[in-house]
Amino acid sequence: MGLEDWLGNDFISTRVKDLLAWGRKNSLWPMPFGTACCAIELMATMSSRYDMARFGAEVVRFSPRQSDLLIVGGRVTLKMMPVLQRIWQQMPEPKWSISMGACASCGGVFDTYTMIQGVDQFIPIDVYIPGCPPRPENLIDAVRLIQEKVGKTEIQKLIDERTGIDHLARLEAMDRRKQEANA
Amino acid sequence: MTSLPLADMGKIYAERRERAAESAARRVERERRLADAVCAWLGKDLVKREAFRDQQVIYVPIERAHETLAHCKNALGFDQLTDVTAYDTLKLEGEHPERFVMVWILTNLGQEARLRVKAYLNEDDPVLPTATDIWRGADWPEREVYDMYGIEFTGHYNLKRLLLPEGYVGHPLRKDYPLRGRGERDNFPVIPRTKKASYE
Repeated sequence: MGLEDWLGNDFISTRVKDLLAWGRKNSLWPMPFGTACCAIELMATMSSRYDMARFGAEVVRFSPRQSDLLIVGGRVTLKMMPVLQRIWQQMPEPKWSISMGACASCGGVFDTYTMIQGVDQFIPIDVYIPGCPPRPENLIDAVRLIQEKVGKTEIQKLIDERTGIDHLARLEAMDRRKQEANA
Repeated sequence: MTSLPLADMGKIYAERRERAAESAARRVERERRLADAVCAWLGKDLVKREAFRDQQVIYVPIERAHETLAHCKNALGFDQLTDVTAYDTLKLEGEHPERFVMVWILTNLGQEARLRVKAYLNEDDPVLPTATDIWRGADWPEREVYDMYGIEFTGHYNLKRLLLPEGYVGHPLRKDYPLRGRGERDNFPVIPRTKKASYE
């Protein structure tokens, strides 16, 4: 039908935006922030039995500067929260985050002076996973939800919102200034 | 490997249990004798002595604690300091009005014997000499005790917090410290999801 019929079987037609979104959502690079038993489930999810590679998210980056998905798995203490915030701020836009397990989401059973009662108080979280610890299936489900969200996101708009800079307006302003200088 | 008939296995296990019990009894006897020796050395300064499930506990006055520990190491062969810790009695231990109890758990590796030395410590002036000059391994446990209870060790070369972040106020294992803290856990900057758009 239409263009594809005319060009033959080796061609598909799509929008560039959709093609980029498809590529982006199927090549998430997770940054593991594993501080407790959730990290063990995270490792299981990455390894051959559950095999996160099937969803394109197997490249675990231990450098926040190379990753776009933060997985907070485990208890976050008073001493660790500044570290987590710093890691989140080091990740380049666009970025997403998963709060894995009861401890990261709400402090779990550790209602004490040194436990952060939910990391979402201090950093933005996109998907929460319940469970103590959650099974690998739950984590895969969360990654699928993230993928859905990534696929639907208008990336330029998201970056504008996150960085607080309207990049299109900025480019237009630069063009205008250039024209004024030439004239 | 060939498997033995069940009846034989039962006999073997019974013998093993018997041997273990004998060896435990010998160890208890050794520990009791070592504790006797410490008590004899302390003489009338001994505060009290207990044995809980055959584990020997000796209470010493806080002024003589350092001396006793040195004696245990040098004369009685307690060459390993397993742990230094403390606890808060909330002044509930009847005849002893002091609030804290210091605990040293010693091990004599040669004789396979353990000994617990305890000392009452006052709330107003929780200071005592360090044991790092006797066992170098007292370094971190003493820092932890300082961190959690605010008990200070004079002569310790690096007495600062071990576990809690620098600048933390208070000593949370004291029983009067609130379980949920004093708001430290809610006191972080919030990183917002979006920033307000600014046009240059």
